[in-house]
Amino acid sequence: MITFIGKRFCYTFLALFLIVTVTFFLMKAIPGDPFTQEKALPPEILESLYAYYKLNDPWYVQYGNYLVSILHLDLGPSFAYKARTVNEIIASSFPVSALLGLEALVLSISMGITLGALAAFKQHRWQDCSAMLLAVMGISVPSFILAAFLQYFFAIKLDLLPVARWGTFQQTILPTLALSALPTAFIARLTRSSMLEVLACDYIKTARAKGLSYFSVLLHHTLRNSLLPVVSYLGSMVANILTGSFIIEKIFGIPGLGGWFINSVANRDYTMIMGLTVFYSMLLLFSVFLVDILYGWVDPRIRVSTK
Amino acid sequence: MSQPPLLQVDQLKVSFKTHMGPLQAVRDVSFAIYPGESVAIVGESGSGKSVAAKAIIGLLSDPGVTIDGRILLNEENLLEKSEKEMQKIRGNQIGMIFQDPMTSLNPTMRVGKQILEVIHKHAKSSFKESKQQAIQLLQEVGLSDPEKRFEQYPHELSGGMRQRVLIAIALACTPKLLIADEPTTALDVTIQAQILAQMKAIQHKNQMSILLITHDLGIVAGMCDRVIVMYGGMIVETASVEDIYHSPFHPYTQGLLNSIPRVDKEESDLTPIPGAPPHLLDLPAGCPFTERCPFAMRMCPSHRPALFVIKPFQQAACWLHKKNP
Amino acid sequence: MSEEILAPEFFKPLERENAAADQLRRRPLSFWQDVWIRLRRNRIATCGLYLLITLFLFALVGPFLSSHSYHETNLVLKNHPPSLRFWFGTDDLGRDLFTRTCWGARISLFVGITAALVDMAIGVLWGGVAALLGGKADQLLMRVADILYAIPYLLVVIMLMVVVGTGLFPIIIALTLTGWISMARIVRGQLLQLKELEYIQAAIALGSGKARILRKHLLPNAMGPIIIAMTFTIPTAIFTEAFLSFLGLGVQAPMASWGTMASDGLSALRYYPWRLFFPACFISVTMLAFNLLGDGLRDALDPRLRK
Repeated sequence: MITFIGKRFCYTFLALFLIVTVTFFLMKAIPGDPFTQEKALPPEILESLYAYYKLNDPWYVQYGNYLVSILHLDLGPSFAYKARTVNEIIASSFPVSALLGLEALVLSISMGITLGALAAFKQHRWQDCSAMLLAVMGISVPSFILAAFLQYFFAIKLDLLPVARWGTFQQTILPTLALSALPTAFIARLTRSSMLEVLACDYIKTARAKGLSYFSVLLHHTLRNSLLPVVSYLGSMVANILTGSFIIEKIFGIPGLGGWFINSVANRDYTMIMGLTVFYSMLLLFSVFLVDILYGWVDPRIRVSTK
Repeated sequence: MSQPPLLQVDQLKVSFKTHMGPLQAVRDVSFAIYPGESVAIVGESGSGKSVAAKAIIGLLSDPGVTIDGRILLNEENLLEKSEKEMQKIRGNQIGMIFQDPMTSLNPTMRVGKQILEVIHKHAKSSFKESKQQAIQLLQEVGLSDPEKRFEQYPHELSGGMRQRVLIAIALACTPKLLIADEPTTALDVTIQAQILAQMKAIQHKNQMSILLITHDLGIVAGMCDRVIVMYGGMIVETASVEDIYHSPFHPYTQGLLNSIPRVDKEESDLTPIPGAPPHLLDLPAGCPFTERCPFAMRMCPSHRPALFVIKPFQQAACWLHKKNP
Repeated sequence: MSEEILAPEFFKPLERENAAADQLRRRPLSFWQDVWIRLRRNRIATCGLYLLITLFLFALVGPFLSSHSYHETNLVLKNHPPSLRFWFGTDDLGRDLFTRTCWGARISLFVGITAALVDMAIGVLWGGVAALLGGKADQLLMRVADILYAIPYLLVVIMLMVVVGTGLFPIIIALTLTGWISMARIVRGQLLQLKELEYIQAAIALGSGKARILRKHLLPNAMGPIIIAMTFTIPTAIFTEAFLSFLGLGVQAPMASWGTMASDGLSALRYYPWRLFFPACFISVTMLAFNLLGDGLRDALDPRLRK
């Protein structure tokens, strides 16, 4: 188990290092510099700006500084919003996105597993067919389209829920639904196929031959083994919810980090883009790392290494 | 035998609904097992032997299954029992072990717990008592260091060890009947012998009946008192184990014996039975072995032979018995 | 019954042709014939297949059917709802939405299929080399793939698009950057499994050359999962292209991609809903069709379900 964790940690670290490096060099590869986009500034101001942002140093020095500041978790200042640093912006907007993300996570996991388990039990009957139909639509309709659709019908036409913005619980409903459609569908499908596979396994026969009731077999033998693949999906799910949140926040006017990311892309605010990419990567890699550990703990074949 | 039979199977028929028509896996099978005896059901894959075994313990869970006939355990018809009643019988009066020990144990549950499950289901004992009992069982089935095994997971054990655990699980509540479906097929030859010896020893100790399902006539000799040979869903011969080996009547049984390499005879070639097992969807109206039988006669494809008595305790379903020499 | 059959002539030996016993009862089907039959039997998957064929026709033939071009603007006729003249209505520059949707279909299909093909090419190469070389080279190649896999792909794609610029080819390059990794894993897994299979070793023992083994045994069996993976890569690529275009990083005006059209349509959702409806519908249905087909293929190719 320890070697397993160690290995995962190394991969995570290497991946992060790669991202940070790639990010840095990509940004450096952009022709021109951030200031040439704005109105022409007098040369002295340009000079002092360059000195302030240390843009005159050779690239390896800048790279070194960059790495050091990342280690200190300092993501630097924003070029577009001169008075604020990337860290500040993250601190103020991330909690909103985190809340949305968590809501979507909880909804997806609970709905997905329930739907999938139901479909597995009533295989080939109407519950299965309708659940799977919903699921395949869930993975096919892109989240931003679903978001627009939900907004149009429930908010604009029927006026049942708020159109946009953030603050009350009702305002979280539509965005959460839009964001969790894909992960729910995925988990439902995964749970269903995993359960069906487990139910066909020999050890289920053994369990039934012991005289255990259907429910007992379900609880103690089927469930835990079926959920293993779902646990390993969790890492991807976090990534999914994260990137999905960019557009959802834009559509619903939610003041989260996603909105900032999109704007910085549109504005070509390079330090913001860099900083946010690094932040998101750290978040993602860390979640995946946690999920890996969780999986390793839940599956005894990994937790207890063989002799 | 003076005692009444422990298990009496009467005209058992099992058929499955498939989209190509009904598939008759077991067609009119009747036999009895007496207390303390070991009976083997021998046949190729597709002969219906496993289906019959699963029907006895009630684990045929396909939705399209139809079962007819009677299965009497101590005079009670198991086919008329509700699922709840059957759950009290499984693991308790009838124990069953399956073919592949590598996949027959829950990989995420400790071995000890899997044994405790069956003990707790059928007996009200404290955790301490049942743990003692479980460790005792692990010892009886021949596992070294049973306390350690109790805490281990299946993937930490070898195939032979896992099969012993499965035997322990099946025997935990001292059932009167143990059904073993190909218990040694997936194991090495040396381990096979050990497992079988272990089963025999426990059988003596507990006065238990064993129903051994196998395709391997080789392991039947040391284990069983009687042999039932199945083909195409039907019983084609039943006899004591000596009679089966020394004077097999049915051509299929003879074919099976001829295709086993023997240490005591000089043979140049192995003679397999020509042809392939019948497809259970289009069985002939008569004897299912007709196509591959070297002695087939004109009435064989259309008239199904009953089980004729060849001599005391040997019966065969073959028209050859009625033929004038 | 017994009286009648004891007549002596019934006991004469049965005449028959000996060859009959050894013949199999049913005519054996080739692997692909069997797969095709199973696929056809799956009505939902067949539906998906027909949808896709319709879509292809739509993309190929559509622009010729309409009398308008995709870029011709006509400010007088802007924002018209669907009518006989403009079958899908017009956008805010007076362009015909039907033709633009057809062109969007071309772009999406082109992007999807190209991405899937490139992924397959790189994946097969990488995975194939790893499997065939084995040993340390295999370990190294797969470790590198693991680390690359951990990188949050969408973030890198977005950054890349920001730096490299927008347009069709940058999108395709960005899409194929990390998609090949799962393909490489699948290919390697399949080849490793097959290498070990007894009938391969038997074939080698019987003297078949390696190339012949590859062609006749390995490839047909490995093709199954590869084809399934490709069928699922296409909707992911289409989704990503739509996502990027939606963010403004995709094809630029006047080219019409479903994503840009959706983005346009979103801002006018309240008043001119058809502008979002058509691209949204088409994206969803296309992805749905590919997913249904992919599911059907997966079931048809599942060896456990074969008789």
